[in-house]
Amino acid sequence: MKNIKVLMSGCKCSQKFYELVVKTVNEHGIDARVEKVDDIMEVMQYNTMTLPALVVDGEVVARGQKNESELLSLLA
Amino acid sequence: MIQNFADWLIYQACGLERATRLSEALNFFVYDTLKILLLLFLISTAMGIVNAYFPIERLRHFLTSHRLYGLQYLLASLFGAITPFCSCSSIPLFIGFVKGGIPLGVTFAYLITSPLINEVAVAMFAGSFGWSVTGIYVLSGILLGSIGGFVLGKMRLERHLSPWVVQIQQLSAQHNEEWEAEHLRFAERLPTIVRDAWGIVRGVLPYVVIGIAIGAFMHGYIPEGFFEQYLSREHWYAVPLSVILAVPMYANAAGIVPIVEVFVAKGIPLGTAIAFMMSVVGLSLPEATMLKKAMTWRLILIFFSTVALFIILSGFLFNAIL
Repeated sequence: MKNIKVLMSGCKCSQKFYELVVKTVNEHGIDARVEKVDDIMEVMQYNTMTLPALVVDGEVVARGQKNESELLSLLA
Repeated sequence: MIQNFADWLIYQACGLERATRLSEALNFFVYDTLKILLLLFLISTAMGIVNAYFPIERLRHFLTSHRLYGLQYLLASLFGAITPFCSCSSIPLFIGFVKGGIPLGVTFAYLITSPLINEVAVAMFAGSFGWSVTGIYVLSGILLGSIGGFVLGKMRLERHLSPWVVQIQQLSAQHNEEWEAEHLRFAERLPTIVRDAWGIVRGVLPYVVIGIAIGAFMHGYIPEGFFEQYLSREHWYAVPLSVILAVPMYANAAGIVPIVEVFVAKGIPLGTAIAFMMSVVGLSLPEATMLKKAMTWRLILIFFSTVALFIILSGFLFNAIL
């Protein structure tokens, strides 16, 4: 099982991104647990300056907005 | 071409008479809306392309690995101008810079220019005031960021950072990893860039339309020179007053430019208008709340007042020379 984290700030665009990740995981039956990380101190440990960002198994795989097909190739 | 279409739509398709208040206002509305949306889309796409090739990680790497003899302020400010800015990215950027060991002043230079010069502001300015005023706006935004960053850097403000940020700063430089380059061909990236640009246009569309509608209405109904009696050059307090009034107006930046355009057409000096716009986009309450996570209120206050002061000075300068 994959461990997916969505690094985000309080704004609307990251919230949308989080929902898209959840949707993609559910629709394609990806075996993963999705977690929200919105505590800035925790977010900064991942060394990214662009939010939202996607972390899979402890590694940042995407920075900034992505669409569903891009997400699928990153997560599958 | 857009003007021809607006003329055709209002005078022929809708059959309105020329030179009435209503038809002039409608014509202005159709023309301005189309022109600004088109510009917004083109500029957003252009900025998207630039950004795909200059990720912010690359700037950080460059700033930390080169000795720049003072040019780093200008460089950070320039980068602030070409990267898109969303107030929600300001904290990760700020921390990321501090973590990379970049001096606070240089970080501030970036932080000042980044919201000041963004695709929406540039497109709205170009559409409403033309390219030469837009050029002045962009140039003074970059200078303001560099000088403001330099001055703030001299003030030794590190002690006003939040304690956890100070900790990060002390550990800095060890974490300065390389950015990871995305190896995608231009043709593969373009659809995403265009889609993002369209997203920006859609996001500000209601504000633009409402702003232009109000502007068009005022355009037709307020007499020439109406504001001159209240906010002319002789009243020295006009510039500072408009800068302060502008701070709470962030959410409607896109809608405010068309209204300011009419203000200028009806007698408000251009320098006052530019200072007002800079304050609208550059100093915002949502940004202050975001920055609170990394800075003390005292530092935010020093940061905002320094920037406000420079905006006011440039407003006076433009009123004197334009």
